[in-house]
Amino acid sequence: MENKIEISDLRVHYGDTPALNGISFDVHPNEILSIIGPAQSGKTTFLKVINRTLEFTPEATVEGSVKLDGVDIRTIGDVYGLRRRIGMVLPLPVGLPLSIYDNVAFAPRAAGLRTKSELDEIVERCLQQAALWDEVKDRLDTLGTKLSGGQQQRLTIARALSHQPEVLCLDEFSIAIDPVTTMRIEEVLKTLQKEMTILLVTNLVQQAKRLANRTAFFLNGDLIEIDTTDVIFSDNPANQATYDYVNGTFG
Amino acid sequence: MNILRKKSAANVPFSETVIETFIRLCGVSAIVFVFGIFFFVFREGAGFLFGGLDLGQFLTSPEWYPTSLSNKRYGTLALILGTFSVTALAMCIAVPFGLGAAIFVSEFCSPKLRETFKIIIELLAAIPSVVWGFIGLTLMNQLIIAVFNAPIGLTMLNGGIMLALMSVPIIVSIAEDALKAVPDSYREAAEALGATRWQVVYRVLLPAAKNGLLAAVLLGAARSIGETMAVLMATGHSVNIPSGPLSWIRTLTATIAAELGEVARGAEHYQVLFIIGILLFTITFVVNLIADLVIKGIRQDS
Repeated sequence: MENKIEISDLRVHYGDTPALNGISFDVHPNEILSIIGPAQSGKTTFLKVINRTLEFTPEATVEGSVKLDGVDIRTIGDVYGLRRRIGMVLPLPVGLPLSIYDNVAFAPRAAGLRTKSELDEIVERCLQQAALWDEVKDRLDTLGTKLSGGQQQRLTIARALSHQPEVLCLDEFSIAIDPVTTMRIEEVLKTLQKEMTILLVTNLVQQAKRLANRTAFFLNGDLIEIDTTDVIFSDNPANQATYDYVNGTFG
Repeated sequence: MNILRKKSAANVPFSETVIETFIRLCGVSAIVFVFGIFFFVFREGAGFLFGGLDLGQFLTSPEWYPTSLSNKRYGTLALILGTFSVTALAMCIAVPFGLGAAIFVSEFCSPKLRETFKIIIELLAAIPSVVWGFIGLTLMNQLIIAVFNAPIGLTMLNGGIMLALMSVPIIVSIAEDALKAVPDSYREAAEALGATRWQVVYRVLLPAAKNGLLAAVLLGAARSIGETMAVLMATGHSVNIPSGPLSWIRTLTATIAAELGEVARGAEHYQVLFIIGILLFTITFVVNLIADLVIKGIRQDS
């Protein structure tokens, strides 16, 4: 089985402050890989490396390599195309100050799609996938920023799906939404797994346990352990820190 | 605790009361000044405005002969058109340049260059208008004569360029603030969707900052309408219905500035100049009102 993403000896510094200290692992196609770990452990930085939005942080330096389908992402000339291959859902929902329709149609339009019927179809499909369609189908022209927090988060998921990504990254997507909506989105993710690879950064270890095929534990910029979720959450993972963290006895 | 303490007046410290009163006075003073100025201007012109002035002629006649011995005529149409045409021309130049510069400074240039840029723009804003008038009178005059083969370079175009140069710093600094106020999370979200930097600007930032950008443009326009010395020096100061960028014009403000020193206090001519002041007051009031309504309208949409 070809690996979807291969990370080898990835190091990131913000100025003199290290954020990732040489991590290496592979991401398999069509798996849900969850990344857990306390604050400051480098989870978000890792996602930013993958879609190369870390390049907007001037003081950040990246060493090592990240390969997507065997191609080093830093050699990809069309960085905008790369970002469209990777869907990104950020922790706090960001409804762009555009209509709901325009929010979802943003990425396809940025990629050059103009046909109204195709855009209509994408918008409907993505909103349905994100479990938001029924709530907003009659008011697609109202501003995305007017939706509630949970709805906006589903809107960002719909937006991330709109460019049909191969990899979907979710960065603590559930911190701003209620448990019921969270469960609905988790169901959606399980369905999406058939079509894409999902990287799930989460602070809720139970969420990782519910969803992930494999789980990686980050701590202070190091990859402590990566294994199947069953092993990570068992009584004897390879590392004691992993056990302490998932069982809430950390520190 | 603070909230609880505020409710019982007896517990408010004395210093708090003093500061609050002082700040309230500052706020009220702005209103007092505006009404005071309006009252004074209105009082000087009211006598003639309600007794003797043909308001129809005042607003629609292009004939401005306030010092004619046989037949005094106070028509300000040419002056009104002068003010509006030179302002419109100035805005045609200043808005694209100003907004473009603001977008560049806020989104595209390096932090180091940004600081330099801002200092230079503030420097531009600090140049007194009489200096702009001087530049118009000398440099721009010759330039227009040379480029357009015009008989004289003191024209609407000259004044418009001077006004544009004066409004650009205002537009840039306010528009840049408006763009900077757009949360970075919008930029990040749009960039994560594969938008290029320019797509981020025109698809996300411009819609998000439109209130502030509109305010920038309107403040620039207000600066142009009210400007006196530069247009007095650069536009030829000749009563004339403008027929194109190369015609010489005279504005409402320049007329007041040039003629007020020459008239007898309380005379008809003197009062008419104050009525022009009232007219200017009304114009700026209407412009501000429209701006408020437009911005309110946009807010309700969003």
